[in-house]
Amino acid sequence: MKKLKVATVWLDGCSGCHMSLLDMDAAIISLAQKIELVYGPLVDAQEFPEDVDVTLVEGAVSSQDDLNRIQKIRQRTHLLVAMGDCAVTGNVPAMRNSIPVTRLLQCVYASGGEAKTIPSEGVPVLLKQARPLREFVTVDVSLPGCPPPSKSIAGVIAALLEGKKTESAAGVKFG
Amino acid sequence: MPPKNVSIRIDGELISAREDQTILEAATASGKHIPTLCHLAGLTPVGACRVCIVEAQGTDRLLPACTTPVHEGMSVTTSSAKLARYRRMTVELLLVERNHVCSVCVSNGHCELQSLATELGVTNVRFAFNYPKLDVDVSHPRYVLDHNRCILCSRCVRVCAELEHAHVWEVRSRGIHSRIVSDLNAKWGEAQSCTNCGKCVQACPTGALAEKGRAVEEMTKSSEKITSLARWRGAEA
Repeated sequence: MKKLKVATVWLDGCSGCHMSLLDMDAAIISLAQKIELVYGPLVDAQEFPEDVDVTLVEGAVSSQDDLNRIQKIRQRTHLLVAMGDCAVTGNVPAMRNSIPVTRLLQCVYASGGEAKTIPSEGVPVLLKQARPLREFVTVDVSLPGCPPPSKSIAGVIAALLEGKKTESAAGVKFG
Repeated sequence: MPPKNVSIRIDGELISAREDQTILEAATASGKHIPTLCHLAGLTPVGACRVCIVEAQGTDRLLPACTTPVHEGMSVTTSSAKLARYRRMTVELLLVERNHVCSVCVSNGHCELQSLATELGVTNVRFAFNYPKLDVDVSHPRYVLDHNRCILCSRCVRVCAELEHAHVWEVRSRGIHSRIVSDLNAKWGEAQSCTNCGKCVQACPTGALAEKGRAVEEMTKSSEKITSLARWRGAEA
């Protein structure tokens, strides 16, 4: 059987969803036999491959870099899964949304940090607000939760392996 | 004169109800479940959230079950694809209007809006989030009012007026500018009519009203105590 090409992406989130993904105990062994992890924080690939079957995206779209990446990923992915509350609603990263970006950076770097300067090189430019994926690209499956329980993540992948696009995952909750 | 009995059909099943009952009361009495949010048994229903909408034969309008009285020969449907669609939409609109950040909310895991979203299968939100800048009133010595989590169900307004008879709470402004206010828009801690009883906190379905010092997930409430208090008062009267 051809292995399902799966990628994972970490945008503006805390990596908790990736932790949850790894937390599925023995199930991850049988899953590993059915999928090929082609891109993400857990593997080495530098460039997002062409023609990925499923991409699990953690995090909100918060910077210009996030936006560029999610648009490219959408073009190269058959099914896009918004994994976790940040990707689905904005969640914690979106709590900055009522604060102007310049004031936010001033507070974090100039007033509070040790550097006293706002970094401008090597860091992506922040967008005005951190917003959920579906405000930028088409999302095929949404899996809320902070983080989504590993069973739910496994359930969604298992369903996709059987060719089913499921959003039902009973008992899934925000938060 | 005691109220008469009427015969109605709920989801095709013939049910006997009292003519002074609402659709919701009649349905609940016969063991049927209609999802609700602003409704709290014991308080006057207001039909604020529209989650309990049902279809009734003879009208194209969807009727709120909590405020619509039954009448002889009525036939209502409590669950259909159309109702599920509208109920989900209502919950989604509530989620985008303010900042319901479940993961960091005192009521995470004990919130009626959150569990309703789960019950109705809301896994995503199709509308653009509003992300408004809203106040948190911490002036009261024992309780907190967080407008970010308020859904304007008005349970606090009703429980304070109807059971505590203090009428501290009111809704000011209109539409998206509506806010719960204490006294004449005084800070809660300065509201002289407040008796500090905390009934509003227990009645609140979300984390909008909470006890001070509660961390994430720590604010559990017992709205059923409000219901039993109301029943006890009713029986006494």
